[in-house]
Amino acid sequence: MTAIAQDLWGGIRRFLDGDIVYSFRQSKVAVIAALVTFIMISSAICAPLLSTHNPFDPTTYNLIDAEYPPFWMEDGDPRFILGTDNQGRDMLSAILYGSRVSMAVGFFSILFAMAVGIPIGLISGYVGGTLDAVLMRIADVQLSFPAILIALLIDGLARGILPGELREGLAIYVMIFAIGISHWVLFARTVRGSCMVEKNKEYVQAARIMGRHPFFIMLRHILPNIMGPVLVIATINFALAVLTEATLSFLGVGVPPTEPSLGTLIRIGNDFLFSGLWWITIFPGAVLVILTLSVNLLGDWLRDALNPKLR
Amino acid sequence: MIAFVLRRLFQALLVMLAVGMVAFALFRYVGDPIESMAAEDDTAEFRQELAERLGLDDPAIVQFGRYILNCLRGDLGISYRNKRPVAELIADRLPATLELVLCASIVALVIGIPLGVYTGLHRNTVTSEVLQAVSLFGISMPTFLTGIILILIFSVFLNVLPSFGRGEVVDLGWWTTGFLTVSGLKALILPSITLGLFQMTLLMRLVRTEMLEVLRTDYIKFARARGLTDRSINFGHALKNTLVPVITVAGMKLGSLIAFAIITETVFQWPGMGFLFIQAVHNVDIPVMGAYLMMIALIFVIINLIVDLLYYAVDPRLRIDRAVAGGYTS
Repeated sequence: MTAIAQDLWGGIRRFLDGDIVYSFRQSKVAVIAALVTFIMISSAICAPLLSTHNPFDPTTYNLIDAEYPPFWMEDGDPRFILGTDNQGRDMLSAILYGSRVSMAVGFFSILFAMAVGIPIGLISGYVGGTLDAVLMRIADVQLSFPAILIALLIDGLARGILPGELREGLAIYVMIFAIGISHWVLFARTVRGSCMVEKNKEYVQAARIMGRHPFFIMLRHILPNIMGPVLVIATINFALAVLTEATLSFLGVGVPPTEPSLGTLIRIGNDFLFSGLWWITIFPGAVLVILTLSVNLLGDWLRDALNPKLR
Repeated sequence: MIAFVLRRLFQALLVMLAVGMVAFALFRYVGDPIESMAAEDDTAEFRQELAERLGLDDPAIVQFGRYILNCLRGDLGISYRNKRPVAELIADRLPATLELVLCASIVALVIGIPLGVYTGLHRNTVTSEVLQAVSLFGISMPTFLTGIILILIFSVFLNVLPSFGRGEVVDLGWWTTGFLTVSGLKALILPSITLGLFQMTLLMRLVRTEMLEVLRTDYIKFARARGLTDRSINFGHALKNTLVPVITVAGMKLGSLIAFAIITETVFQWPGMGFLFIQAVHNVDIPVMGAYLMMIALIFVIINLIVDLLYYAVDPRLRIDRAVAGGYTS
């Protein structure tokens, strides 16, 4: 197991040492986008340290503080930089904790999509034949439906199957599963494509002649060499997964309001839009857009950097 | 050509059958149909009778066959919640969704393609740099947030456009339309922009990239060398050749417009199919979910079929390749 991990790490290192990193340093947009992404991820991880109180804990906020606008406005209170919501929660703290939930769901669902998609892609590309044809047909059919619809359906299904009391507690896992399943196809296709190229190269043929087991060849020889494209897909899809999560939560089928993600915050705020309390909606929305924008910019740059036509 | 169409049709049929299987499994095995249809105080005999009437005691394959036959006849079951036939519910909601999707695709095509051509042709001007940046913003913006911001600006702050519903609609018998009244048209503006914006930016970026690639090719250089006018090169040669991928993506995205309509309809409380579906998910109204699923699958399958056939019409190379390949194999 450690040997495989080492090989994988080697694949990633070789990828990072190459032209890619050079081109990264050359691109101002990529550097800024990476910086913003890094700041957002680390502040989400450090949310308990940065926020003034825990918005999940009702004992830490007070209804008297409700509906303060951001501090630069007329009735603002310097204690609440971005204002408070209808229950007196500090918006900044709620956003920090909310982006934590959003990013965690995004990260784990992409991990899950990789865990499903990479093995299928490897086997499909390496074995070929009927198995490949069947697997890719299934992928084609799924790809012709938008991911959000599939995620919604799985989420709706889970509601039907799970009894009421389990539903709330498992909501986050259901969502990770739903988003993961709706994104595996891209990984499977990318891995399959690269695998078909790699399997005809000499080092794979050599390993085959040496009598290595096919699974060994796939895991230790081919996989480390195709980590580059997989990383790109993972980056772009992370942004998509975060957006999907926010959308599902906004539609009210995602994470429960007891543990709000950015999407849930926006949905709650939406109810107060007509009372003029715009900050409850707009700030979480802005954070969501900045996050996806910077990850998309990174993804854009990566795609260009990896495209040999543009070099 | 005929073999190609037949193969596509067969694949489409298979997809529909698979989706039908999912919808059937949903209805039969998720929750208990009897429990959901019978009232609390109904007797055991009544329940038994209901089970017999629905044929729940038959083998699964017989039930599946009957389910598919019923669907083909337009009988999609009875909603658990409204106790009304699902087909009727969907027919009520269909016009609202289709009108919204139509307006949104017009927004996307009419604005997206010209902007894409412009930024492709004048790639280093300030305007196109700004447009590029804005479009990146557009694809990073989730649909529901676009809707909320538009509502905030035009309904809350400026108070010029309605924020929910379809306004007044005219009933044409089997179709209700918002196109004929002022309030109906006003109500369409914000939702169409919301739904179309994402696709618009996507189309714009796609057309731009394709234009850039085509403009680099030899036949464009050759056309220039022949002394053709810029206009004829840009539109007659370049734009025409970008159309294949644009048609594919636009076609595929037409399907996702219908899916994303779920979100737009929720934001604007638009009484369409998507709103119906979300309510069904909330209430675990399985027959409605299954029917919506099959409806969407049917629309997708038809769109994909049309896109494939359009390929044929637009790209002569495909025709020759296939004809040659077909000649050798058969």
